[in-house]
Formats: sequence, structure tokens, C-alpha cells
Amino acid sequence: MKCQYCEKPATFHITELIGPDGPQVMHLCEEHARTFLAKESTSPSASIAGALAKQLKLTGKPSAETEQKECPVCGISFFEFRNTGRLGCPYDYTHFDTELEPLLVNIHDAAEHKGKHPRRAAVSADSQARLIQLRREMEEAIEREDYERASEIRDRIRELEETGNR
Amino acid sequence: MQRDQTFDELAGRCGEWLKGTGPESDIVISSRIRLARNLADFPFIRRCSDEDRLSIERTIRARLDKIPELNEVRYIDVEELSEVDRQFLVERQLISRELADSDGARGVAIDPNEQFSVMVNEEDHLRIQVMHSGLDLENAWQQINRLDDLIESAITYAYHPKYGYLTACPTNVGTGLRVSVMMHLPALVITRQIDKVFRSLQKISVTVRGLYGEGSQYTGDFYQVSNQITLGKTEVELMQQVSEVVPLLIDYERRARQFLVEQSEKDLHDDVSRALGILCTAKKISSEETMHYLSKVRMGVNLGLIDEVAVNIINKLFIHTQPAHLQKLRGKLLGSSDRNIERANYLHQHLSDPGKRESDLN
Repeated sequence: MKCQYCEKPATFHITELIGPDGPQVMHLCEEHARTFLAKESTSPSASIAGALAKQLKLTGKPSAETEQKECPVCGISFFEFRNTGRLGCPYDYTHFDTELEPLLVNIHDAAEHKGKHPRRAAVSADSQARLIQLRREMEEAIEREDYERASEIRDRIRELEETGNR
Repeated sequence: MQRDQTFDELAGRCGEWLKGTGPESDIVISSRIRLARNLADFPFIRRCSDEDRLSIERTIRARLDKIPELNEVRYIDVEELSEVDRQFLVERQLISRELADSDGARGVAIDPNEQFSVMVNEEDHLRIQVMHSGLDLENAWQQINRLDDLIESAITYAYHPKYGYLTACPTNVGTGLRVSVMMHLPALVITRQIDKVFRSLQKISVTVRGLYGEGSQYTGDFYQVSNQITLGKTEVELMQQVSEVVPLLIDYERRARQFLVEQSEKDLHDDVSRALGILCTAKKISSEETMHYLSKVRMGVNLGLIDEVAVNIINKLFIHTQPAHLQKLRGKLLGSSDRNIERANYLHQHLSDPGKRESDLN
């Protein structure tokens, strides 16, 4: 069998699963296979990441208000999440609950965890989120060279870290 | 925890995933489970400052150090590794390509048997993985569940009463569990039934990826069969979703092999023997081409058509001929065209007189 792009014999038979027209077999010589594979490895494909991208697209563009909604803990906006597909901190699941739930149902066909759970008594999620927030505030204080404020925040962080039941 | 940085003694060994032992190991290469976990008091990785990443790494290292059961585990600072060493760990499936290629404080804790590794600061703060040879999901789950409990006794995980274990990407939330069974399916590829099989799998929330995970190609006819969802089912139920289809795939592959033997044994015998011939005599050969022919030879050996080479040698060659392994084994950095020459030499050495060479590889 010849390569589908040139006259050389096809030594590679590649099955492309996520092509626009469904699965498709490519017959390629070594050289064209290499070009194809090199191109392939940099392009975002694959079913799981693909499923999320599809869901993000399917859910449509939310209102400007929703897009601008920001997590008070990590500062990520819903717009940023939609663009990157990655959340900013654990608190996002609480803050963006209304927006995330339909997305989770689309991806997983469920919205409630049924598996194992941590054995230890949960530490207050609020104080954990507060730590994330304080660390961010401390960095911001350092950035604007407000070292007095930064050191106040650092003390507060240490206090919380110590009381944080570990 | 152990802390040294040399992989030379690892390079000569095969690692767990291509050991080629365990149930159904002619078709099922390995059973792998990973759990995604995050610390409750830090942002997810993409939102972390450099200091955050450092604190996360330090915290996790210090906590893992205190777990007596993890005494033998060796921590590797991935940030400090050379390019080839990172690639080496990727080829052995001990770290992901993402961890190898990203920036900033990150690392991996590896157990001496290479059965489990804990990646630090990948997409999530912690990616715990357990890998067993052959079809062995049940034991892999028990091991990773224990490991997760141990780590959880020292670290407060981000957990939500409704959504479960929280992850940076919503596709992993809930259990954070990904089960991957690596299968060698050359006959389904040759008989062109593989697409049909995959299409039917996608309908039941089971997904198929290439050898090196998401986005990678289906090299050497190796396929990873995984659960697609992570929320709304227990870990055991998710595992069952995958373990129920694996025996079907094994059966399809066996039938396809049988069909090939019955239909055209001479052609098949010719094909696998030529593949062995090329591997033995080529003067330069790329790693893709090597995988392509090794795959045929592996099937030939498993079908008893080739008896001059043992299957464990083929398994080892799959990993030893990959770019970073080849350079480690040869003890020097090599450019791509020099690698192709060295790879051909290496194959010739280990295949032309396999009986004699078997002890070298062990």
C-alpha cells in the first residue's frame, strides 16, 4: 500500500479517533507519519480534555455579569475559568456553585460525590479559604511595598496555620 | 525518604509497567490507578505564585517524610533534573509529560519497586499513582486506597461535602480517580476492528488513549482504556466500568489473532518474521519504527510463530529503545540521527543472539 501523500510504501497505519468525520485510518510513509505525529502531539485533542472543552462551548456564553464574577479567595473570574478550563482554588466550587453544577452534570451525568471521604474530621473550609486569601493579600502588600501590612498579614497566616487542626 | 538523583541503576531494569507478568499479560500490559488530590489551604497550581508552589512542595515533602510506611520512597526534585532525566521518568511512566514540561517547584516520590509514585505540583498538588503488571486492578486499588489514607493522615485535602475531592479541572472532581488498563491490541489494528470497538466503548463512558496518555498517539499498538467520569459513582463502581470491558477486549483481540492465524498463517508468519528481520539488521531506525515492528514481533512471539526470542526481551526493548533510555544505557547524550544508529546497534545486539543475551538484560 502506498502512502496517501506520496509514492513511498505506507509503513504506518494511524487511526485518528477524533477527526471531524469520526474515526479515520491514515496510511503514511515514515516521513509523513513523523510530520503527522509531530503535529498531532502539540494539538489539544483527547477525549477527556475534549469533553470539557465541548461542554464549555455548549453551555454557551454566559451573561457579562456571570463572566465578571470573581472568586473572593483566589481572584479568578468565571471568564478566566471558561477560557482555561481550570479553576483557581477549592473555594471556587462553592463560589461558582450555580454556574458549575450544570457543567458537572453534563460532564459526569451526576452532581454528587458517592466515593470515599477523608477520615479525619474536616477542618473548617472557611479557615482554609481564608489562608489562601491572606497569602494573596500578603503578596499584593509586598508588591506595593506596604511591608507593615504584609507583616501583619504574615502573623495572621501563622496564627491560622498553627490553629489549623493538622 | 531517600534522596539521590541517579537513574543509572533504574535504566537497566524494566520497571513495573513492562515487566510482562501478571494475569493476561500477553494482552494486558499494566493496570494503573491514579488519584488527584489538593491541599485545602492553597490555590490550585495554575493560580499559585512561585512561593505558593515552593510552600506546597516543602509541606508535602515534610509530611511524606513523617510517614514511616514511606521510608523507602525516594523523592526526586524534577525542577533540578536535566531534560533527558525528565524524559527518562516520562518513558517509565513515573511522571507525566505535563510534570516534565512545566516550570517551578515540582517533584515526584517514587517507591523502589516503581509500583507507585506521587507527583507533586502537576495539574493538582498531588497525583498519586499505583501501577501493577498485567490485569490487577483490585490489588492496585487496595494499594492506592491505603496510600491515600496514609497521606491523608498527614495532609488536609480539599474536600467538599457535595462534590467530593476538589480538583483544578472539573473533569476530575469527586473521586479524582482515573483507572487505566494498558493493552496491546495489534490484531484488532490489523483487522481494522479497533475503531468499531472504540466507538462502542465511548458510548459507555470508557475512553481510550495512547501509550503516554491524553493527546499521545497509539504507539506500538498500545492502548489505555480508562473511565471517563469521576463523579457520582464510587471508586469501586468506576473501576468495575473499566474492568468489565477489559475481558471483552481481551476476547476480541484473541479472536482477531485466531482469525489471522486461520485465515493466512503464512502471511502473518511472514509479516512478523520480516519485522524481526528489520529489527535485527537495520543500521539506523527511529523509535516509532522500532515500536511498530516490536509490536508485530511481540504478537508473533505470543502466538508461538517466533520462538527465537523471549517475550520479556521484547518487553524490555520497548522501553530501552526510547530516546532517553537509550541515552542512559549508552551513557551519553545523543542527537536524533545518532540515536537512530545507536538504537539499531542496540537492537542488533539484543536480538541477533537472544539466548546468549538474555542474562545481559536482566
